[in-house]
Amino acid sequence: MLEAVWLIPALPLAGFLTLIVFGRRLGEPFAGWLATSAVGASFLATLVVFVGLLNEQPEERFFLQRLFTWVPAGSFSVDVGFFVDPLAITMCLFITGVGTLIHLYSVGYMHGDPNFSKFFLYLNAFAASMLLLVLGDNLLLTFLGWEGVGACSYLLISFWFTDESNASAGKKAFVTNRIGDFGFMLATFAVFSQLGSIRYADVLTGQLSSGWATVIVLLFLLGAAGKSAQIPLFVWLPDAMAGPTPVSALIHAATMVTSGVYLLTRLNPVLAQADAWATGLIAWVGVITALVAALAAVVQNDIKKVLAYSTISQLGYLFLAVGVGGYIPAIFHMVTHAFFKALLFLGSGSVIHGLHDEQDMRRMGGLAKLLPITAGTFIIGWLAIAGVPPFSGFWSKDEILLAAWNHPSGGFVLWLLGLITALLTAFYMTRQVILTFFGRTRFFDPTQEEVDIAFAGLVGAAQAEVDKAEAALETARDAVDKAQIDVAKRQQAVNEAAETLSAAQAAVAASSPDADGYDKLVKAVDKADKAVPKAAGNLEKAQAKLVVAEAALSDAEAQVLVAIDAATAAAADTSRVPMVPQHVTAFSERVDVAEFADRLPDSYRSRQEYHPHESPWTMTVPLIALAGLAAVGGGLNLPFTHDLHFLGNWLEPSLFGNEAHGGAGAGTKWVLAIIAITIGLAGVVAAFAVYLRRKADPAVVENPRLGLAIDYDHALARFVGGPGTKLFDRVAWFDRTFIDGAVNGMASAVSGVGERLRVLQPGLIRNYALGISLGTGFVALWFLLRLWEVGS
Amino acid sequence: MEVTDTWYLVLSALLFTIGAVGLLVRRNPLVMFMCVELMLNAVNITFVAFANALDDLAGQTAVFFVLVVAAAEVVVGLSIVVALMRRRPNATADDIAELRG
Repeated sequence: MLEAVWLIPALPLAGFLTLIVFGRRLGEPFAGWLATSAVGASFLATLVVFVGLLNEQPEERFFLQRLFTWVPAGSFSVDVGFFVDPLAITMCLFITGVGTLIHLYSVGYMHGDPNFSKFFLYLNAFAASMLLLVLGDNLLLTFLGWEGVGACSYLLISFWFTDESNASAGKKAFVTNRIGDFGFMLATFAVFSQLGSIRYADVLTGQLSSGWATVIVLLFLLGAAGKSAQIPLFVWLPDAMAGPTPVSALIHAATMVTSGVYLLTRLNPVLAQADAWATGLIAWVGVITALVAALAAVVQNDIKKVLAYSTISQLGYLFLAVGVGGYIPAIFHMVTHAFFKALLFLGSGSVIHGLHDEQDMRRMGGLAKLLPITAGTFIIGWLAIAGVPPFSGFWSKDEILLAAWNHPSGGFVLWLLGLITALLTAFYMTRQVILTFFGRTRFFDPTQEEVDIAFAGLVGAAQAEVDKAEAALETARDAVDKAQIDVAKRQQAVNEAAETLSAAQAAVAASSPDADGYDKLVKAVDKADKAVPKAAGNLEKAQAKLVVAEAALSDAEAQVLVAIDAATAAAADTSRVPMVPQHVTAFSERVDVAEFADRLPDSYRSRQEYHPHESPWTMTVPLIALAGLAAVGGGLNLPFTHDLHFLGNWLEPSLFGNEAHGGAGAGTKWVLAIIAITIGLAGVVAAFAVYLRRKADPAVVENPRLGLAIDYDHALARFVGGPGTKLFDRVAWFDRTFIDGAVNGMASAVSGVGERLRVLQPGLIRNYALGISLGTGFVALWFLLRLWEVGS
Repeated sequence: MEVTDTWYLVLSALLFTIGAVGLLVRRNPLVMFMCVELMLNAVNITFVAFANALDDLAGQTAVFFVLVVAAAEVVVGLSIVVALMRRRPNATADDIAELRG
C-alpha cells in the first residue's frame, strides 16, 4: 500500500499536464471537474498510504521510495524519491483534503471567467508542487516544490493581471520570497558541506556541531520566514489578497504558507542540535509577528485583508510553537487553522461573490438573512479561531500557549504575548462577523464617492441658475435699451408735430382767407393740431414702458446677485455634504441624501436593483464540509488522557523525541485553559460592546497607530524605492561591467581570434592539398633526420 | 638486365610525384581525382614490391584494403563530381570554395 505514494503528487501533475494540452478544449466546467477529481484522487491515494502506515508498528512508520537518480555528480547525488512518515502524510492529508474542497469551490467561484481552465491548470500545478515539497526525500526536491509553489503563487496572485496593482502584488510576493529562498539555498549548501548528503534520511540522523546547526537553523528560519510570511518578510501576504479568493484560501492560508513551519518541524533533529538562542529566536519572531499582525488586523476594513493579517498572526503562533519545541501543537494548530481559515476565506469569497465584488466590510452588514449558509459556516469558523470551546481552534491554540508557558527561558512572556494575541484575535474576528453579518445592511447605502458626485451635481445646478439669471439680465437690458430708443423716437415725433403745427399756423397767418387754398391750409392746421396730442400720448406710453423695463432690469440684477450668492454658498458649504462614516458599527445610520437623492449616479441606482444572493452548491458544499471539520477538528488531539492524543501519538516517530514535554501539572493546565477561554470571551464581548452595543466609538478602537505592520510595509517600500534603488543600481552596474564583461570579453576574444584564423581556410581544395603535402614533407624530413641521428 | 626492387620503387616514386604534382596544379576535379588514384596505386606498387622483397604477405593484404577503400571512395567521389558538373558545368576545383572561412 505504501508503494502508492508516488501517485500522490503524480495525479495532480497528470491533471496539470492534461489541462496544458486539452484545457481550452475542455473549457468550463469540465476543466474544473477534471482538476477537482485529480486532487480528489490524490486524496484517496493519500488515504491508502495513510492506512498503510497505520498498519506498521509506530517505530517503523518510515518508507522510502526511490524512483530514479536525478543528479549523479561524483560523491554528490540526488534522487527523485519520496520520504513517507507520519508528519509528511499528515500534511498530505490536509493539503489534498482541503485542496479538493477548494477546487470544488473554485468551480462555482470562477464561473464565467474567460480564463477558467487556466486557473485550474495553475491550481493543479500548485497541488503537485506542494505535495512534492512535503514528500521529497531530500532538501533539493523539497526546494523544487518550494520554488514550484512560489511560482504558482505568483501566477495566481496576478491571475487578473490586466489590473496593474494585481500584477505588482504578484511581483512583490515573488521577490520577497526570493530573499527567503536565498536562505534556504545557503542552508542546503551548509548541510551538504557538513554531512555530505542532503537526503532527509542522512540529515535527520546526522551529527552536526552546535555552531553549524545554529547557522543552518538560522538560514532555514530566513527561508521559512519568507514562505510563511513572518517578520521581516511578511509584507507580501496582505498584497497577495489580490488573487482570486480560492487562491487566498488554498495557498495563502491553508497550505503554502505553512510550508516554512513544516520545514522547521521536519528538521527537528537539527533544531535540537542548535544553540538554544536560535530556537528561542524562532519563538520570538513568531510571537512578535503574531502580535503585530493581530494589531494590524483590527484596523483593516477589507474583509480579506483582515483574514490576511489574521493568517500572518496565526502563522506566528505556529512559529512560537516550533520555537519552544512544541512540534505537535504546531502541526495540530496548522491542521485546525487549515480548516477554519480556509473556511473563513471561502466564506468571505462567498460574500464577495454574493455582493458583486464588494470587499469593504463597512458596506456589508445584515448578510445573515441574505446569505444564511455562508453566515452559518462563517460563524463556526469565527468561533473556532476565536478560541471558543469546543471548536477546533481552542484546543490547538491552548496547546501552543501551554507549550510557551512550559518553555524554560522567557516562557511567561511568550505566553503572555500569545494571550494578548488571542484577545486581539477574538476581538477582530468578532468585529468582522458583526460588521459583515449583523446589524443594518449597508450594501445599498450611497458611498462617499457617490455622495460627492451628487453634491457636485447640486453645485452645478446652482451655477446653472446663475447662468440663467444672467441671461435674463441681458434680456432686461436689451428691453430697456429698446424702450429708451422708442422714447427718443416718440419725443422726436412730438417735436415734429409741434413744428408742423406752427408751420401750418404761420402759413395760415401769411395767407388771406380769400386766397386760393386757404381752406386747405386751415384743414392742415386742424390736422396738425390733432397730431400733437396724439404724439404726446404716444410719448407718455413709451415712457411708461421704459419705467417698466427699468424696473424689470433692477429685478433681474437682484436675481443674479441672489443666484450667485446661492451658488457660492452651495459650493462653499461642504458641511452640507453628508460624510459616510469611516468607522462603522453594526447599526451605523445611513447617510441622509434626501436633499439630492435624484442626483446620485447610476452606480447607486443599479446597486438598488441588485439582489445579494447565496452562492451555488459547488461553493456551499465545501463551506459546510469545512465548517464540520472546523467544529470537530479539536478531536484530533484531546488533552485529557494520553490515549486521546491521537495526533501527538501518531506524529511521535517523526519527532525523534525532540518534542518538549513541559512540567506544568494538571491543575496548572486547567487554570491556563480557563484563562485562555476567559481572554477569548473577553475579546468577543469587547467587540460586541463596541460594534453591536455602541458602548465606545469605533474610531477610538481603530487607531491607525495600531497598524505597525502597515507602517513597516510603507517604510520598506520607501527604502526600496529610494536609497534601495540606488544601491541596487550599483549592484546592477557591477554586474553589467564586471560579470557580464568577463563573459562577453571571453566571447569577443574567441571571435577575434577566429577572425584572424579564418584566412587559413580559403576553401580551395588545392590549397589544402598543398598544406597536406608540405606537412607530409616535413614529417618525412623529420623522420629522415631522426634516422640519420640514430644511425650516426 | 635484371629488374630489381629499386626499379619498382623508383616507378612508384615517379607515379606518386606525378599524382601529387597533378593534384596541386590541375583544376579539373576529374583530373585531380585521377591524380589521387595515381598516388594510391603508386603506394600499392610499393606495398607489392616490399611484400615480394621481404617475402611477407601482409603487404599484399594491405593492397587489397587500399583497393577496396579506393573503390568505395571512387563511387562517392565520382557521384559528387557528376552532381557538381550537372549543377555547374565547366566548374573547376577553385570555383568550389563554399567552405571559405
